[in-house]
Amino acid sequence: MLDVAKIRKDFPILHQEINGKPLVYFDSASTAQKPKVVIDALVDYYSSYNSNIHRGIHSLSEKATEAYENVRNIVASFINAPQPETIVFTHNTTEAINCVAYGWGRKFLKAGDEILLTEVEHHSNMIPWQILSQEKGVVLRWVPITENHTLDLKKLDDLLTSRTKLVAVTQMSNVLGTINPLKQIVQKAHAVGARVIVDGAQGVPHAGIDVQEIDCDFLAFPSHKTLGPTGAGVLYGKMELLEAMDPFMTGGSMILEVWKERATWNKVPHKFEAGTPDIGEVIAFGEAVKYLQNLGMNNVRQHEKKMTAYALERLSEVDDLIIYGPKDPELQGGIISFNFKEIHPHDVGTILDQEGIAIRAGHHCAQPLMRVLGVQGTARASFYVYNEKSEVDKLVDALYKVKEIFQSVGS
Amino acid sequence: MSVADDLYREIILDHYRNPRYKGELPPPALKVEGANPLCGDELVMYLEVKDNHLADLRIKTQGCSISCASTSMMAEAVKGKELTEIDKIIEQFKEMMLQKNGAPESAEELGDLEALQGVKKYPVRIKCALLPWNTLIEALKAVRSHKPAEKVIME
Repeated sequence: MLDVAKIRKDFPILHQEINGKPLVYFDSASTAQKPKVVIDALVDYYSSYNSNIHRGIHSLSEKATEAYENVRNIVASFINAPQPETIVFTHNTTEAINCVAYGWGRKFLKAGDEILLTEVEHHSNMIPWQILSQEKGVVLRWVPITENHTLDLKKLDDLLTSRTKLVAVTQMSNVLGTINPLKQIVQKAHAVGARVIVDGAQGVPHAGIDVQEIDCDFLAFPSHKTLGPTGAGVLYGKMELLEAMDPFMTGGSMILEVWKERATWNKVPHKFEAGTPDIGEVIAFGEAVKYLQNLGMNNVRQHEKKMTAYALERLSEVDDLIIYGPKDPELQGGIISFNFKEIHPHDVGTILDQEGIAIRAGHHCAQPLMRVLGVQGTARASFYVYNEKSEVDKLVDALYKVKEIFQSVGS
Repeated sequence: MSVADDLYREIILDHYRNPRYKGELPPPALKVEGANPLCGDELVMYLEVKDNHLADLRIKTQGCSISCASTSMMAEAVKGKELTEIDKIIEQFKEMMLQKNGAPESAEELGDLEALQGVKKYPVRIKCALLPWNTLIEALKAVRSHKPAEKVIME
């Protein structure tokens, strides 16, 4: 069980009014708020030991290098990676996925090979594969969703063949909240010899992951949705894959030796970390992960299940409100998309904002899914460790206000 | 002032519910598209210009209440008018929407369109109101230059 009242004290941003109303932050699926320990870690780095890493001639650099490298250990334990060297720091999830598309896909995939994507993927786990497809003649296949807004596993079986070389799948849909059965998907993919990359942007921060149990080949997730700062992300990969693939970005730090006409690459993970990384942000990200580990990822998930169950129950009371997703807290994370029949989600967003409630409205970087749902966009409320049920009540009250404003016409 | 008083005024919601001049015109009517990719608003405008007048227009639109209402109110304001007169309405409207504090005196001449002024308090929504107007500007440019119109993308 989470002590939400206590947790809320750790998040300075929550204690303010927006448009004269206490802030209700229901947009953590876009970016999470940061606890004070994370903000303090950033301030501490920049005010007491800011220096470049891996050039440890002086004491500050040594301290910064140690702090930065230690985050690899923290993240490795967080996702149960076999060794810290399998943790590559990128700048965000998108870069981590591009790293695999360019470094692994471009090197090992050829015309006629197939990549399976799902209809719920975020653009970030879609466009890099489209580019690869255009460049190499790799064929993209799409696993549809069921009427229940879960992944159609039967269709997945039909689409998986010896031509399938990669399955790119999200752990949790950023629109529907649907949690995909990763272990099962990985087993099926491996059975035909395909690799699996997991987009953990929503799943890892809210449900955690055990990469050895799931046995995925790659995993990408961000710091900023995981209570950490922007500017840091993670690519996990199996060691033999990271060693075999090419670097995505090249330049300083990722080299071993450089001549005028050629160079050799540094060891994994440094081979993938070209240029000066976001040192302070990675260090502060380590604090964010420790904060979540102290809460316990199982407790985080249980809390969000309760929030989701309560929100589904309260939202279903609102007439004319269409709710998307599985509508089952066991099958979905703390993400609920909804629409009023005749009201555009941006109008809903504006009116909720006037009530101090921050939600996301739009296509959520998932335009193909919007077409599947037959909508231009949705309104989306998403929860995290600092949200409480009373905030859901405020959301429901505000939704009644939206209805009232739009029903006033002609009356 | 509440959101219902300054943004969702009755006249705006009326135009949203009952858009005027909705639909398409057959060729040779000029066809111009406009989009606001960030919010997904999209419209297609069809214009028939005769003797320097906007003889007829129809607009197909998909979007929020503000962009739909602005589209409908604009259509009502410019239909049948002489092109130079339309230039003036566009100029007055954009001046009203882009002036930071208050409204220029000329806003009074805009009639119902003046109701869209409330959108200014919600800066992220100004683009919704401007989409049909920028599309109309592109359309008039195409009419005058006899060159095909380009799709208008709001940035």
